[in-house]
Amino acid sequence: MYDSGKIIPGLLIFVLFVTIPIWYNRGTAQAVPEIVLPKDVESCVLPLAAIRSDHMKLLMTWRDDVLRDGDRSTFEIEGKQYQKSLTLTCLQCHANKEQFCDPCHTYVAVRQPNCWDCHFAPVE
Amino acid sequence: MFEKALKGNNYYWMWLAFLGFFIAVAVVAYLRQYFVGLTITGMSRDVSWGLYISQFTFLVGVAAGGVMLVLPYYIHNFKAFGRITILGEFLAISALIMCLMFIMADLGQPLRGLNVVLFPSPGSMLFWDMIVLWGYLILNILCGWVVLTSERNQIAPPKWIYFFIYLSIPFAFSIHTVTAMLYCGLPGRHFWLTAITVPRFLASAFAAGPALIVIMALILKRVANFDAGKEAIDKIVTIIIYAAIANVFFLAMEFFVGFYSNIPGHMHTIEYLFFGLEHHGNVYNNLVPFMWAFIALFFVGLALLSNPGTRRGNDLWLGLGCASIFTAFWLDKGLGFVLGGFVPSPLEEITEYYPTLNEIFITIGIWATGFFILTILYKIAIGVEHEVEA
Amino acid sequence: MDIKRRNFLKVAGITTLAGLGGTAVVGRLVASSGLAQAAGGQGAAQAGQANLNGNQTNPGVKRYGMIINLKSFRDDPTLGEKIVEACHSYNNVPDVPNPKDEIKWIWMTRYENAFHENYHLYRDEATEKQELPVLCNHCDKPPCVRVCPTKATFRNRDGVVVMDYHRCIGCRFCMAACPYGMRSFNYIEPAPYISNLNQNKPRRMRGVVEKCNFCVGRIEVGQLPACVEACGESKALVFGDLNDPDSEIRKLLRENHTILRNPSLGTLPSVFYIV
Repeated sequence: MYDSGKIIPGLLIFVLFVTIPIWYNRGTAQAVPEIVLPKDVESCVLPLAAIRSDHMKLLMTWRDDVLRDGDRSTFEIEGKQYQKSLTLTCLQCHANKEQFCDPCHTYVAVRQPNCWDCHFAPVE
Repeated sequence: MFEKALKGNNYYWMWLAFLGFFIAVAVVAYLRQYFVGLTITGMSRDVSWGLYISQFTFLVGVAAGGVMLVLPYYIHNFKAFGRITILGEFLAISALIMCLMFIMADLGQPLRGLNVVLFPSPGSMLFWDMIVLWGYLILNILCGWVVLTSERNQIAPPKWIYFFIYLSIPFAFSIHTVTAMLYCGLPGRHFWLTAITVPRFLASAFAAGPALIVIMALILKRVANFDAGKEAIDKIVTIIIYAAIANVFFLAMEFFVGFYSNIPGHMHTIEYLFFGLEHHGNVYNNLVPFMWAFIALFFVGLALLSNPGTRRGNDLWLGLGCASIFTAFWLDKGLGFVLGGFVPSPLEEITEYYPTLNEIFITIGIWATGFFILTILYKIAIGVEHEVEA
Repeated sequence: MDIKRRNFLKVAGITTLAGLGGTAVVGRLVASSGLAQAAGGQGAAQAGQANLNGNQTNPGVKRYGMIINLKSFRDDPTLGEKIVEACHSYNNVPDVPNPKDEIKWIWMTRYENAFHENYHLYRDEATEKQELPVLCNHCDKPPCVRVCPTKATFRNRDGVVVMDYHRCIGCRFCMAACPYGMRSFNYIEPAPYISNLNQNKPRRMRGVVEKCNFCVGRIEVGQLPACVEACGESKALVFGDLNDPDSEIRKLLRENHTILRNPSLGTLPSVFYIV
């Protein structure tokens, strides 16, 4: 190989460079956070697995329904009517953003989705 | 072929470093704007587009101007342009990259730029502008590269490329047509709301673009031992003269329509740009010196380019003539047209626009980036020319 | 000779192709911008200028509008401040001190600014002094919606021109297009300039355009816009469905001479003024 003295160290530096996230975060792995669920409510708007994986998509769908299509129709869970709204539905049960939203969002490093630039979590 | 850009004399590297300095300043300035917001520009509620969009508008014209070489060479078989069509195509590439950078610099939410693609809106001229700008950029990269590669291998360009070369001609016209349509289709902005905006844009583009190419050719003759040829330069200058006269003629027609019809809306912006607009006892005139500089430089440029002594006798006078025309039309379209159109506001109030230093640094930096790319592309093109000749 | 002819044929072929493509594009454009139904729109069907915002209705489709009675604003000079305050505090509109970065949804301006087309040398004293509210006209043919490259601003099913702040890229094309100057851009981070935060309503982020939305969240659940509510019983502002011939707003339109801002532009505003 020509110039192997330059190519091999170059490749090494490149590999080190692209794997920076691994070196930088080594040893900082944490346990999966425990979150506080609301006490007096049994079920959420979706089954547990679905709400965990797809809550952001659900919020987007609600947003487009309400804002773009003007569809503010409500839906029923356990005999109670709910609106398609982060503030008026989700945050009614999950009133404490710091205890409910933030631990997981911090854990997966999606620290502040920009919802909170404009929408407000209830103040304790 | 990129390796040709990696070998150059000291002047080449000094020039790139010089441009690199302005790019670095602009990167810092842009980061500042990104984190603080567009409040650190001079743009306001009333003048909601500033230097960025006006530079974008002007540079679309520069990009389209390259077609004044492509069209005669490929359609009229005007052989003298053979050596320099590549200069036009590469100028278009760097001008379009500058355009796209100016658009990004202007957005309030740059990270959402892709929304234009995700939610296509054929009713919006900005959507079509994106399509033709990207289309023309890709066509120029493709055609420029394929033709240059064939030249290097000393074979005729492949037949299929001619389809794209011919396609690039209507695209060149369309980029500036659609850019003009951004303005001339808006109700309530009298200065823009005129069908002559489109031909006026094309005329000024076909003067300013080729003028820059002549300047580039004259510089390359001195620094890179590349001669575009007397016949080619002479023909481009003829094109510049006619296109420049057409642009100013169209502007004169705007004056006539405004002042003869005596409709206030038609006169306001022209008054503001050329004479200053009086409103509640104040006279607003911050663009007046620039507009008269435009008129003066146009006549200086026209005189230098039309007089055989200065046009053919001396490269310096020829270059100054082209620089005059280029600067004149930059003042006309790259400042006056866009900024003037916002005066007076729809509520008959007057806000004048003054760019901030941060905004000016970003603007200079994007121009520097364009010239950086242009330098590298011309280095490659001329490297190939020299290789073939040797 | 041969070469020239071949070139000509190539060019001719390409030109034809471009021409065909062009026709298709124009066809789509016409369809999408609604030129084909130029006289109508979502609101009242119109037969040209003579019947501007005319009497016919489009059953089943709402088109919300507003009447502003300038007499009430002359009678009660504090009313203007009240409606602006009601709107801006309800909708979390920031009070940015630098006029360059200002955000406004509804505000008081002079007759000569709002109706400069109807302004002349020999005006009466009342008009001269008149301060009147201006807000988004919620046009039936809104130029801002036409130019938006992402459909971030659009006309909703009730004829209200609304903003999707989540989608806006901040290109400010709509601000150039609005012939009434009713749109504001968040040049500066708005949060620090909202004094009394209304927690039930969102605020906006930096880098998006905003404007009056007829309090779309309120009207969809049967309430009146905040500014209309602030007027109380004065009837200075009357809000309602222009497509419903029995609505109060239509009754007032039948009984009073009303004027529009810049009617010659064909945008068909939904905000009417009784002078």
